[in-house]
Amino acid sequence: MSELYDIVASSAFWIAVLRIATPLIFGTLGVLLCERAGVLNLGIEGIMVAGAFCGWLVVFQGADLWTGVFVAALAGALLGLVHAGLTVWLGLSQHVSGLGLTLLATSLASYAYRVSFPKVSTPPTIEPFAPLDGLSGLPLIGPALGAQTAMTVLALALVPVIAWILQRTPVGLAVRMAGENPSAVEAQGVSVLAVRTGAIMAGSALMGVAGAFLTLSAFNAFFFNMVNGRGWICVALVVFASWRPGKALLGALLFAAFDALQLRLQQSSGLLPVQLPYQLYLMLPYILSIVALVVMARRAAYPQALMKPYRKGER
Amino acid sequence: MSTASALPALRLRGISKRFGPLLANDDISLELARGEVLALLGENGAGKSTLVSILFGHYVADAGRIEVFGQPLPPGNPAAALAAGIGMVHQHFALADNLSVLDNVMLGSEPLWRPFSRRSAARRKLLDTARRFGLAIDPEARIGKLSVGERQRVEILKALWRGARILILDEPTAVLTPQESEQLFGTLAELIREGLSLIFISHKLDEVLRVSDRVAVLRAGRLVAERPARGTSRAELAELMVGRSVVAPTRTRREPGEIILAIDRVSTAADRHGMLDRASLEVRAGEIVAIAGVAGNGQEALAELACGLTAARHGRVAVSGEVLAARPRAWIARKVARIPEDRHAVGIVGDLPVWENAVSERLHTPAFSRFGWIRRGAARAFANALVARFDIRLSGIDVPTRALSGGNMQKLILGRALAVGGESAPLLIIANQPTWGLDIGAVAEIHRRLLDAAAGGAAVLMISEDLDEIMAIADRVAAIFKGRLSAALPVEQWTPASLGLAMAGDPVAPAEHADAA
Repeated sequence: MSELYDIVASSAFWIAVLRIATPLIFGTLGVLLCERAGVLNLGIEGIMVAGAFCGWLVVFQGADLWTGVFVAALAGALLGLVHAGLTVWLGLSQHVSGLGLTLLATSLASYAYRVSFPKVSTPPTIEPFAPLDGLSGLPLIGPALGAQTAMTVLALALVPVIAWILQRTPVGLAVRMAGENPSAVEAQGVSVLAVRTGAIMAGSALMGVAGAFLTLSAFNAFFFNMVNGRGWICVALVVFASWRPGKALLGALLFAAFDALQLRLQQSSGLLPVQLPYQLYLMLPYILSIVALVVMARRAAYPQALMKPYRKGER
Repeated sequence: MSTASALPALRLRGISKRFGPLLANDDISLELARGEVLALLGENGAGKSTLVSILFGHYVADAGRIEVFGQPLPPGNPAAALAAGIGMVHQHFALADNLSVLDNVMLGSEPLWRPFSRRSAARRKLLDTARRFGLAIDPEARIGKLSVGERQRVEILKALWRGARILILDEPTAVLTPQESEQLFGTLAELIREGLSLIFISHKLDEVLRVSDRVAVLRAGRLVAERPARGTSRAELAELMVGRSVVAPTRTRREPGEIILAIDRVSTAADRHGMLDRASLEVRAGEIVAIAGVAGNGQEALAELACGLTAARHGRVAVSGEVLAARPRAWIARKVARIPEDRHAVGIVGDLPVWENAVSERLHTPAFSRFGWIRRGAARAFANALVARFDIRLSGIDVPTRALSGGNMQKLILGRALAVGGESAPLLIIANQPTWGLDIGAVAEIHRRLLDAAAGGAAVLMISEDLDEIMAIADRVAAIFKGRLSAALPVEQWTPASLGLAMAGDPVAPAEHADAA
């Protein structure tokens, strides 16, 4: 057991937790925004791939890193607009549209990569975000935070910002109401289509940034399969979080902690008397996520109009 | 006459609106004077809701224009209607259950891109408005926790808070108990004193005569009559509404027979259909027992229990003295007929043709299937017989059932239910909201069939929110409140007032119990 304590007490562990959690925080906040407005966005997996690719590509072409982040957000917002067009304006199935968007965006990114770099065998690299050494002086959290990049700080800062927008501003109220009862929004003279479209585009922009973190901060190149299901984890984390930004942060950190833990458990030999196949360790964060989801989601209060298309004049 | 105050509050000119082949509004012109209560009367589908939806900007009219206090109103824009002083109390409340009263009131009232919501000022204004009109409310209460009457109060306050000068109320009493309706009428009087003008939509004639100054009657999309409320009568309005005179069937007193349905201290699990809490009831052959109550007090739980869809958690349910398992097929085999509450959702399968729906409850019986194959000939012959016997108007039994009007759909369901016993009549009929949303003509038809079935010896359990219906055809009445049933007293021993109290949970007066015993 002391070995487990050593792992959890080490700053390397917490550095890994924050790094793994960062894209999940962006992505979960993105899904949360869409769903609070009443629209499921399963396009997240593909939007993350597109964000990772577009962000990386412009930086590779010579733009600076923040431009890359901005372009990733823009790519996400545009894909979000497609999703909004299909699900909000045309009222089509949100599942089908989202999954279709994921397939489309993933394939488009791969295709564009192949076209741009037809003959490379090792992926071309960029100079990613540097760690913020200036923060390592902070007490307690310094060592873990100092090894992170500005994008992680941005992710952490976004949590209270999104919470504030949703709870304290008129536009946040409109988003929440659109997810609860769109007829009420229309009856108060606010356009449901505009509110939902805006929320989906903003949420999808965050998903794009989540992808960009992978290529601009966590790694320095674009690989196929680099998103690797993180988008789906975000969709589950939103349910785990009962659609609250603060709990979403908690969920992302929890998942990241399981993931960081399993990596280290694989490497440590002495913890268990028998040698387990490494695949079992890989499963650990997902299994624990499902357990946490089952425990939390039973009490979850869904936005009442989630997945219900709104058509003007209909009840 | 050139002064501003001589202008009417609202003027509609030649409003027309077409949905596909249906002309929902046909050249309607109307005026609403200041401080006037105008009742908009008409059957379902007459075009009342379409007209007010155009007025409030939910729809855009194909032709015609609207003036509010002399100013033209831009079409298709609820925000413009609100700004012009039009407020609407929707029949299906436009409220978000998980948000607070204040949230619901404030939405859309301030610029969206403001970093802070001005909640405290809004709360003060809401409390002021509430005090001024005598509509007490807690601004921080969650809508989901409020009663139906309180939610309606929030809808009214929402409009007043936005400065409404013209208030449209769409079927405001449909969901209220008689006492809550009284309170509403008091509020309306207060609004008139404050100088508001009201449009009151209803199909309840007594109410219309009572609260309005003037009545406009719509039929099939056209404005067929305008009458001052003083000087017209129930009968005249009914005839104007339907276009012909309607003879309501009357009940004849019969001696009830043996006990068919016995529910003894039954409780059911609480779910989305509500629950029953130690409810007891007996229904005898040849009588109609009605359950009165405000929606959501356990009516659905009772209906599902009484046709074998759910099981009792505690207590005993018996049909003709026999306890049946909670399997609908077993109940249908025992000739229990069911008229479900929501005909579109659970009564029929809208996309399937009429003939398939006509036999769907008894598809597995030898009459309609053999060796797993449907006997199409027999099924179609049965459907044709049903159409003829129950006067169902349609273009053929192959049309999708959703193409039928509400009344014809309900006749199909009723016909199917009454045929459950095969050649003989059903033993027990569970009718949940049998005439909900039907026009007067269809209502009279359904009532006549139910009375006939009872006269033929069937036990009828009718669940209804319509007190007029209950008073017209029930032999005995019990009120349901939070899953508990009052004693089922003969209809003569109830007054609308005492029934209203029982529906709100007041125990029935002991004297009346003594009478019943």
